[in-house]
Amino acid sequence: MKTASTYTEFHPRWHRTRISTYWWMGRWAYLKFILRELSSVFVACFVVVTLLQLQALNRGPVQYAEFQRWLQKPSVIALNGISFLFVLFHAVTWFNLAPRALVVRIGGKRIPDIAIAAANYVAWLVLSAAIAWLMIV
Amino acid sequence: MAETIRLEVARYRPEEETEPTFDAFEVPFRKDWVVLDALNYIKDKLDGTLSYRWSCRMGVCGSCGMMVNGEPKLTCATFLSSYRSGTVRVEPLQNFPVIRDLVIETTDFLRKLKSVKPWIVAQNGASSQQGEFLQTPDQLNAYKQYSMCINCLICYAACPVCGLDSHFVGPAAIALAQRYNLDSRDQGSDQRLDILSQHEGIWGCTFVGECTQACPKQVDPAGAIQRYKLTAATEWLKSLLPLGSAK
Repeated sequence: MKTASTYTEFHPRWHRTRISTYWWMGRWAYLKFILRELSSVFVACFVVVTLLQLQALNRGPVQYAEFQRWLQKPSVIALNGISFLFVLFHAVTWFNLAPRALVVRIGGKRIPDIAIAAANYVAWLVLSAAIAWLMIV
Repeated sequence: MAETIRLEVARYRPEEETEPTFDAFEVPFRKDWVVLDALNYIKDKLDGTLSYRWSCRMGVCGSCGMMVNGEPKLTCATFLSSYRSGTVRVEPLQNFPVIRDLVIETTDFLRKLKSVKPWIVAQNGASSQQGEFLQTPDQLNAYKQYSMCINCLICYAACPVCGLDSHFVGPAAIALAQRYNLDSRDQGSDQRLDILSQHEGIWGCTFVGECTQACPKQVDPAGAIQRYKLTAATEWLKSLLPLGSAK
């Protein structure tokens, strides 16, 4: 767009590009970041459902059976399904990023990133197996 | 007829335009040419008014960072052959005000950089006149990666937080603060912590991680910031203890 000259020698007009509200949609890395942030909501959702489950368990078998019937509603199954996928995404993306924050040195040598990430995955599997064992046995 | 490649180059002439526009140029395609070579060809042969920064042509000076097809790149290290099948679109680094064409304004970055004291702060009275400050290879390795930063500002263009929050200190400045914090000769980490533990410092970073992906010198600014968060949180916890760190 051509306009009349308004140039001043010592105060040139700088151009500032306005950032779009949808800046995060233009690139997979940015979208992945937004999804990771959004996944926190579903992590909280999972925590709330688990706390409600424990509360129902504490109240007695009738209340727990009622809670289980609520869990079987299609809308709740759908919510839990979506929450599960987001929690999985949350865990995987954070475990993959963990080596960025954790720099561990043993004997002067830096532990490779893959070993840090692997330690997180192993801890995840062990804890999940332990909780599953507690619930099943 | 010699092969050519089409470059679309952002132009902004503040005395004539209120918004940037694009000029298209056909330049010779050569396998060993980088984007900067193409810009130099345009400047020398096609349009001498094109403005951009460059100096060393070897990835050391950090002057020639630009957006190439939407990605922040050092144009001296970005080969035309990577874009052989289409048009190469060259724009100034995003998240900075544009002075003219491909030239960005960097004063704000330099102010932020200075605020984190990117130099050795010696408080124990030691002076270089007393002799060399000796360092073991392990002590050097502790910070060497961060010392590779060339202030090319590509990390600032890759970071969405830098675009959304003009007060954020930014990846390179924090990585350079970490470079000096980890230096065995430095005693300035407390002074830097006061600056970087503010919201506009490390806590402004939401760990998108693109600064590390884009860095042409493998500095890993995202890693530096996350490590610094751990340090700041530890120092804060220590300060809560009765015998915590005393400044």
